[in-house]
Amino acid sequence: MDYQKYLRNENFPHIWCSGCGAGIALKAILRAIDDLGIEQDDVAMVSGIGCSSRTTGYVDFNTIHTTHGRPLTFATGLKMARPDMTVLVVTGDGDATAIGGNHLIHAARRNIDMTVILYNNNIYGMTGGQASPTTPLGDIGTTAPFGAVENTFDISGLVIAAGAAYVARCTAFHAKLLDDLIRKGIEKKGFSLIEVMAPCPTAYGKLNKKGSGAKMILDQKDAAVRIAKAEKMTAEELEEKIVIGVLVDRDIPEYIQSCDAAVAQAMNARNGSA
Amino acid sequence: MSFRYEIRLSGAGGQGLILIGKIIAEAAAIYEDKNATQSQSYGPEARGGASRSEVIISDSDIDYPKATNIDLLLAMTQEAADKYSNEIKPGGTIVMDSGFVHEAPEGDFKSHGFPITNIAEEQIGKKIVANLVALGIITELSGIISDDAVINAIRARVPKGTEEMNINAFRAGQNLIRSS
Amino acid sequence: MNPRTSMMQGNIAVAEGAIAAGCRFFAGYPITPSTEIAEHLARSLPLLGGRFMQMEDEIAAMGAVIGASLGGMKSMTATSGPGFSLKQENIGYASITETPVVIVNVMRGGPSTGIPTLPSQGDVMQARWGTHGDHPIIVLTPAGVREAFDMTVQAFNFSERFRVPVILLLDEIIGHVHEKVTLPDPEDLVVIDRKKPTVPPEEYLPFEIDETMVPAMANFGEGYRYHVTGLVHDQTGFPTMDEVKIEMMLNRLHGKLDKYADEIIQVEETGTEDAEIGIICYGSSARSARQAMRELRDEGIPVGMLRIKTMWPFPTDRIRAFADRVSHLVVPELNLGQIAHEVEHASCDRAEVVRVNRITGDPIHPEEIVQKIKECR
Repeated sequence: MDYQKYLRNENFPHIWCSGCGAGIALKAILRAIDDLGIEQDDVAMVSGIGCSSRTTGYVDFNTIHTTHGRPLTFATGLKMARPDMTVLVVTGDGDATAIGGNHLIHAARRNIDMTVILYNNNIYGMTGGQASPTTPLGDIGTTAPFGAVENTFDISGLVIAAGAAYVARCTAFHAKLLDDLIRKGIEKKGFSLIEVMAPCPTAYGKLNKKGSGAKMILDQKDAAVRIAKAEKMTAEELEEKIVIGVLVDRDIPEYIQSCDAAVAQAMNARNGSA
Repeated sequence: MSFRYEIRLSGAGGQGLILIGKIIAEAAAIYEDKNATQSQSYGPEARGGASRSEVIISDSDIDYPKATNIDLLLAMTQEAADKYSNEIKPGGTIVMDSGFVHEAPEGDFKSHGFPITNIAEEQIGKKIVANLVALGIITELSGIISDDAVINAIRARVPKGTEEMNINAFRAGQNLIRSS
Repeated sequence: MNPRTSMMQGNIAVAEGAIAAGCRFFAGYPITPSTEIAEHLARSLPLLGGRFMQMEDEIAAMGAVIGASLGGMKSMTATSGPGFSLKQENIGYASITETPVVIVNVMRGGPSTGIPTLPSQGDVMQARWGTHGDHPIIVLTPAGVREAFDMTVQAFNFSERFRVPVILLLDEIIGHVHEKVTLPDPEDLVVIDRKKPTVPPEEYLPFEIDETMVPAMANFGEGYRYHVTGLVHDQTGFPTMDEVKIEMMLNRLHGKLDKYADEIIQVEETGTEDAEIGIICYGSSARSARQAMRELRDEGIPVGMLRIKTMWPFPTDRIRAFADRVSHLVVPELNLGQIAHEVEHASCDRAEVVRVNRITGDPIHPEEIVQKIKECR
């Protein structure tokens, strides 16, 4: 496929470090859009602040690079104004689950139709390696110099519990699977989230002596377990593993459709009584 | 000098004082050609506690929309009577529900006490229309809005099907003054 | 009886004004004393083909109205002090991205949770400087129910025309009072929509610098794919660190309101020609002031009044001209002198500035102003 068609080439080179998972995720998003044959004019991509969120500057869609943690709020308003558009949100672990955590759970609860691609790199990469809500216990961040002591969020689990229609997880290694998961997420009517485990060799990797970006990606490959297999494993066996694949896919009422149905019912009742 | 008449309706939440404030204001402003403002002081909760509604009626523009010099005070509780009677202008009027206000405040004003809530219950069969009885008394004592305007405003404001009951309560209040 | 005449509450007039101006998206969060605006629009907008959303918090509400505006819907949110503080982050975003939105703040007593049900004018400086960094903003302050309607229409017109967030600043008294109003016929209203690009998409510069100072705005999904960012950007919309481009962009951002200042800045002068003592006032305090002025004029004391309708940009020149003609400028406000300070700056010692302040949740009684003016003589 022709990636150039979807890129704003004048804005390259991009800011991402070599070995970062962001570029892999970006290409997977473009393949999914291309595969679905959605016109670029009909796609909006909304992002927050952080490495992941720079994605909006590189893609030739209708793009909004918003404030830290808030992309879901902007995306919600945009989707309400233009329900016909395909709305994608690109965010990160800090953006979506720390400063933007409230928006994440409520967007999922509402089940508003949009697709979130969340790059989870276990750190605040852009600002140089501060601990995030997904920095593993004991791991080092510049603001956790003696090791992180806070429990981590299971982002996919959180969003499933909050009520999203579709939740999937993948790693940067499993690029072909990622195409598939994003495509399904876009096709799903409702709130979809694809959590992409994306290595950050520069900040998280360096602080925690995880080796090169390539090594980190291979380590993720080794840690990955497909959901079908994971369902047969014990909790102990799954420790340190990354369960990948479609975690939830359910048919539940979508927010805007529910709004429209409630209003149509009210108007019918009025017209009926008049 | 232009004409300005200030009414404060005070008592407890749930006594329907905001509703009759709106009726008085609409009677004057919509069903007659006067000007009116109506405001209410809100407590932090939607129900219970002290309640206060004010109506200013004038034949010209109303600048300051709050009461400064009360012509008529309705006090539906002892607390309201105690708290606001000193803001009645000299020669003004206080109307009290004597079922609740046992110690009438003293001052340079005309004092009218009636068992308003009891009358609502005995004559109309419902305590909740005590506010409409009070409205009848106020309309009669103030003499600033016509019966027709008030009745039109009542019809427009009260729930459908309760118009006659509310108008009967209003008449009962008027009769208290006419027969006294 | 005119069917457009009614006893209407200020907050409802704001909601009706928004509808009349073409607002079709509202996102908000319940907060006293502004909630009637949200409740009224929750009932009305969906039946008019618009959309209403109660968001998870005030920040989300502000983000949502910006998103909807980029999607082409005229959008509004409404709040009060604590919520206004939370919205500031994204008000700055609307300002730098030049996204038209209207923010209503029905002021209540502060600081913090303060006095939720009682009036204040304590947010006049926050309305100007609440979000970080130098930024353009327009703030309008109605003093009555009909004006709340008119100014809401105007707030949308300004925001669409100049691509700037517009704040409508009411106090609780104006938000909650019911007054007799006759609303204008919708056909008589001037409603302005954002300027659309006339060039083909490949030639479109979303933040173009031209003599109008206000770039044409394409809505998302209309074939003009462009980038919107809170980072300082150049004419293309993409971030820049080039000092020349930064300066050009920020000069235009601020300069656009200077260019149209004569249209934006509005005051109402009453009795200022022969006044010996002046009053500078706004919002509900102007109602107290007008009554005080009437009483004083009846006593033969020549008092004049300048009512601020556009709070920001501040009507410095008009106030300075008034200060030249009077001995004192009396400034009643429901705060500790936020605008008095600005009046002092405008007056430049031409007239003595006298404050009348109240922060207890009571309105300013006209008699307080009368007494203060008598003391000035």
